Amino acid sequence: MGKALMGLATGAAMLALGVGAADAQEKMKVGFVYVGPISDHGYSYQHDQGRLAVEKELGDKVTTTFVENVPEGADAERVIEQLASSGHKLIFTTSFGFMNPTLKVAQRHPDVKFEHATGYKRSANVATYSARFYEARTVIGQIAGKMTKSNIIGYIGSFPIPEVISGINAFTIAMREVNPKAEVRVVWVNSWYDPGKEAEAAKALIDQGADVISLHTDSPAAIQVAQERGLWVFGQSSDMTRFGPKAHLTAIVDDWREYYVNRVKAALDGSWKSQDTWGGFKDHMLFLAPYNPAIPADVVAAAEKTRTDIMEGKRHSFQGPVKDQSGKVVIAEGKQATDEQILKMDWYVEGVQGKVPK
Amino acid sequence: MSAELALIGPILAAMLAAATPLLFAALGELVVEKSGVLNLGVEGMMLVGAVCGFAVAVQTGSSTAGFVAGAAAGAGMAALFGVLTLFLLANQVATGLALTLFGVGLSALIGQGFVGIPIADVPELYIPGLTDLPVIGKALFGQDALVYLALAAVPAVHWFLYATRKGLILRAVGENHAAAHALGYKVIRIRFLAVLFGGAMSGMGGAFLSLDYTPMWAEGISSGRGWIALALVVFATWKPGRVLLGAWLFGGVTIAQLHVQGLGIDIPSQLLSMLPYLATVIVLVVISRDVARIRLNAPASLGKVFHPDA
Repeated sequence: MGKALMGLATGAAMLALGVGAADAQEKMKVGFVYVGPISDHGYSYQHDQGRLAVEKELGDKVTTTFVENVPEGADAERVIEQLASSGHKLIFTTSFGFMNPTLKVAQRHPDVKFEHATGYKRSANVATYSARFYEARTVIGQIAGKMTKSNIIGYIGSFPIPEVISGINAFTIAMREVNPKAEVRVVWVNSWYDPGKEAEAAKALIDQGADVISLHTDSPAAIQVAQERGLWVFGQSSDMTRFGPKAHLTAIVDDWREYYVNRVKAALDGSWKSQDTWGGFKDHMLFLAPYNPAIPADVVAAAEKTRTDIMEGKRHSFQGPVKDQSGKVVIAEGKQATDEQILKMDWYVEGVQGKVPK
Repeated sequence: MSAELALIGPILAAMLAAATPLLFAALGELVVEKSGVLNLGVEGMMLVGAVCGFAVAVQTGSSTAGFVAGAAAGAGMAALFGVLTLFLLANQVATGLALTLFGVGLSALIGQGFVGIPIADVPELYIPGLTDLPVIGKALFGQDALVYLALAAVPAVHWFLYATRKGLILRAVGENHAAAHALGYKVIRIRFLAVLFGGAMSGMGGAFLSLDYTPMWAEGISSGRGWIALALVVFATWKPGRVLLGAWLFGGVTIAQLHVQGLGIDIPSQLLSMLPYLATVIVLVVISRDVARIRLNAPASLGKVFHPDA
């Protein structure tokens, strides 16, 4: 309750500021809607880096506005509507829960272009985009398999949705390839951003013997816990090295800069059209933070090979045979998971403990 | 010792830490309610305490200074509540709710520049030898200083309320403010001091979260703990010792559910996340059945506006 109200208050305040700053010149107005604070040093921060890249590259042709801390739900529609009716011609809404509000507002403003991140519903003026985060999880899973001594890897999950589950599976497959004895233990915190709970989850996993922690939540709380306990951890969305320089092995870093600049350019020259983009390493939509010097050179070399193999299409994160927990082959030998299979994944591969919450 | 048994120590240690912010806030609110005032702004005071404590700790490099600042900020918020409800006679329930909303927004505003900045952890008080005791050593003797401070506050509050003259007066004011006033006690002043104490304790609970428990500032870091603290006071039927039991129960359920998941025990995580709140509701229902007992323990003037001329 508190979070929603707070988001509403700050959201409204930011909107008032943003809309008040009218521009004298005829520049195209581009709006951005974020689910968290831009200072989260995770997900929303990276989207804002994309916005800043647009400002830097196209600042003479466009002005940008952003609204942070927008709750997913009815308030989001109000915020998006405000942006659309105050002259913004291109609006990026950057969280899954903004999907329906975005489509509703888009219907009322056919002359405004919308871009929704991580959703699956499109229309003539609504495009979607996301990154193949699982590709990076293949690389860090491989590193985890090499770095663990206890063979227990802790995984802090946000919500049991396909994006997170496919990440856990990609991670586990690569980990078991280099270390068949290792297993993954998942703890769900049912939140994208709750530092207190993320820290508690990390401590619980470490107490159960995990010596490597991977996370799919947005705060650096678990990084701090790992640093304090002298264990390994992977950052999420952003390079989180400074929260635990000794513990931080590397991080999955989202990179929206190139995509945002290209899409704004397309809107400017009239070539913009509704489409779906799901980019990975090769599209520069994600990369890895610098490797911790403590990782042995051969492990780094193997990780880099995996990364470039994925980039060049020589390797797929879900290359058959892939078995589920019961040992049944779900993706046959010689086959790869289809995009649809990945986008709807609701089962664990062999090597993950516990069951997927239903 | 099997793997599951070896977890008892760490679970106990984590439980004690998880109970600490609840303990601070609930003990403060208990004193406030004993004086006859109902302040529902605990969540807001915790948040402002958390952000101010963190900001000062970052600026000064001293977590002690941060902790003091957190208490002061909580007291400042409480002073606002006290002026509105005790001097201007505003409705306590509405003012308390407004204080929470205000605190949520204010802490987000103050904290803008502090999100994601790391600070050094508060040093833990290791007592040599004792921390090596099997199972309970680390839990009982390896905690942060603030955990012990919160524990020490339980007998201190109990002693103040039931063994000192000032405590007796405070309870008298809470039971019957008209009579206390007729006897010459300064009802408003006593309540204002109690409200300030409650605010300072909530602020400390918040500062514990941002300085010690996580340690970082994030918007809404208290995530509802202020509301649980309020429920704890009722749960405990206004008795400090039972506040401690309640805080352990809630801290314990929170930590246990994470361990249950990690061990792969097949219970839906959403259900487990819900458990502390479910426990709150069940406890409230159970104790509410015993109306006489609540009447016996709840301060009779709780939430009633006092006007000297009335």
